[in-house]
Amino acid sequence: MTLQSEPVIVNVGPQHPSTHGVLRMRVAFDGETVTDAEMIIGYLHRGSEKLAEERTFTQVITLTDRMDYVAAMTNNQAYVLSVEKLAGIEPMPRGVYLRMISAELQRIASHLMAVGFLLQDLGALATPLMYMFREREDILDLFELMCGARITVSYHRPSGVFQDVPDEFWGRLRQFLDGMPAHIDEYERLISGNEIVLSRMRGVGVLDPDVMVNASITGPMLRAGGVDWDLRHRAPYEFYDRVSFDRPIMDESDNYARYLVRVYEMREALKIVEQCVEQIEPGPVRDPDVPFVLRPPVGESYVGIEGPKGELGFYLVSDGGISPYRCKVRPPSLLNLTLLREMVIGLPMADMIVTFGTVDVNMGEVDR
Amino acid sequence: MALDFLDNAFFRNIYCNLSASDDGRCGERVFSVLPGGFEWLAFLITGIVIALILVNGLLGSVIVFIWAERRLLGRFQSRLGPNRWGPFGTLTPVADAIKTMFKEDIVPDAADRWVFNAAPVVMMVPSLMVLAVIPWGSGTFLADLNIGVLFIIAITSLSTFAIVMAGWGSQNRYAMFGAMRAVALLISYEIPMALSLLGVLMIAGSLSLVSIVSAQDLPFILVQPLGFLVFFIATTAEINRTPFDVAEAESELGAGYHTDYSGMKFGLFLNAEFAATILSAAVIVAVFLGGGRAWDFLPSQIWFLLKMLPVLIFMVWMRASWPRLRIDQVLSLAWKGLIILAFINIVGSAILTFIWPDPSTTELWKMAGINLIVMIASVYAVGGLLGPGSAPVAGFARGEAPPTPRPAGEPAGGSG
Repeated sequence: MTLQSEPVIVNVGPQHPSTHGVLRMRVAFDGETVTDAEMIIGYLHRGSEKLAEERTFTQVITLTDRMDYVAAMTNNQAYVLSVEKLAGIEPMPRGVYLRMISAELQRIASHLMAVGFLLQDLGALATPLMYMFREREDILDLFELMCGARITVSYHRPSGVFQDVPDEFWGRLRQFLDGMPAHIDEYERLISGNEIVLSRMRGVGVLDPDVMVNASITGPMLRAGGVDWDLRHRAPYEFYDRVSFDRPIMDESDNYARYLVRVYEMREALKIVEQCVEQIEPGPVRDPDVPFVLRPPVGESYVGIEGPKGELGFYLVSDGGISPYRCKVRPPSLLNLTLLREMVIGLPMADMIVTFGTVDVNMGEVDR
Repeated sequence: MALDFLDNAFFRNIYCNLSASDDGRCGERVFSVLPGGFEWLAFLITGIVIALILVNGLLGSVIVFIWAERRLLGRFQSRLGPNRWGPFGTLTPVADAIKTMFKEDIVPDAADRWVFNAAPVVMMVPSLMVLAVIPWGSGTFLADLNIGVLFIIAITSLSTFAIVMAGWGSQNRYAMFGAMRAVALLISYEIPMALSLLGVLMIAGSLSLVSIVSAQDLPFILVQPLGFLVFFIATTAEINRTPFDVAEAESELGAGYHTDYSGMKFGLFLNAEFAATILSAAVIVAVFLGGGRAWDFLPSQIWFLLKMLPVLIFMVWMRASWPRLRIDQVLSLAWKGLIILAFINIVGSAILTFIWPDPSTTELWKMAGINLIVMIASVYAVGGLLGPGSAPVAGFARGEAPPTPRPAGEPAGGSG
């Protein structure tokens, strides 16, 4: 007698503790092993790109907040840089430094979320996640001082930022910069050397660097595969050519490498903030001559920045009116998600969840 | 009538005051409620009263433990934990219980109703049955079974049925995954758990928990460190706690085998789980930590409960600190690691028991020293065997330092 068997199809998501929002994975299992997986997206689609065509160039900033909602500052930054290029606006130096500080703080906050939820997916009962929420809270407090909002910040504007930070901000920032390295060491003591973490994550979900480059994968995921690609270094925007920082690269390209690269990038982001604090000088944060309702000349622009999750770009087309004729986002989350199927086939179910966690997608950005 | 029970102080105090029995062991009684000839009724009532005390004591301690675990987890995670309802949040589990009772009891359409409904009850029964044989202090137990340890191992295996029933009856794929994992895990860990107790049984010369406690002139955690290690790990796996909580695995399976349960049925599963945790701590105290035996300034029952505290706190600590193993890693730990360790322990204990058949305290100390060396050596050896094998995909070799990222090229600054 032959044993009749057929794959079990399981819908992982859209409501599932570990899909980081509303990704739906239609997975075929043979026992515990994944034999096929299909990513179904679109559960959080809000039509942001189409909505942008009905808003003025400044109003679109509030839409970008809601794309990658754990990294609103970098979304603002990418959009604002694209608008500046389109309209030919020269930003104010102090505003640029404030944008860099806020973007690097946001990078730390985003990586904290990525690593914390990754450990949650590994089964650690929220302890690393809670530690990371603690420090993210400090960052959000800093954002609150900057602009009054914590998540949907809408802080950046064409030509700078919309207001200068209050004096007490610098003291709080100093406190954060002094305390954070010790906290990162604390995470590493708890996580990096843990035998269970190592045996769960090392050698799992390996991706070939060539495949990643061909699939347009960017960000920490690519750098964990040994490819030295960081837009802050390759195509410096803002004042990233005035600060020095290392780009952590790993060759393993497995889940552990993707985790560790994020931890090290947090340290580098702290270095960048330190240097920005040293270099920043008093002055206007925003050009008062730039009108609230912009009318950029007919043309198009694309600016990509190194967001926390990868290359985040805004492609804007202007027809000379007050709103963009077309606003197309290059979302790193969506493109990083494209290789997930190749990564998880053949893995056990538990590793599938962890591998998805190391990709660090944000469904708000995938679906927009 | 089985008046051997009168040796049990717990039983005697209630029975003697109820009946008019003139048994000499009763001694001074305060009052006798029932007339002569009704000893059987006194016997029955006494049994029911003790069962009620034990069961309600367990359920009450589950409530306390849920509160304590949540508070402790809060502290481990640098937050406050429940603190809204009652002083220090002590009434939070009560509020939870009320909420659970009033929640709608949903039975999925596809579910096999009988199996689905019976599973929570079957889950709860083994926990309550184990209560009977645990010696909560000197003379404080419901029954001194001469096969006590065997009884515990046999009864706790029953929860496997409940998990399969829940997983199968729900007709839910997550539940089925959880149930399959749980069965594989429970069957694997039964073996090292039973084997690890053999060393204790050899030294104590009895399967009765009361005799095991009275044999512990030196707590068996010192005499049998390897047995304790294996037993503790196996117990943690048996009760589905981190890092072996693959059956529930909330980040993978939703809630594992009880995904589809709601209301009080879910409450029963939760209760059974926490009750199992408390009882496993009680078994560990009885078998390895000397039961209620300690200094005289506190009653032995209090000592017993006090000794349970560090065990429970350690379990909460593990839960707060560690991620979860994968199911194949869990199984390979049992089959390639714990069983070998348990066999080493059996052989070592057999030789030692052959040398000192009826050990005095001094000889127990000698055994403790030898067994400690055996434990360190064997854990090191088996761990070395297990290291690469425990991670078949990762191939992480022991001692090999985890890699660190390298900084790329020269710093980015200055180039423009």
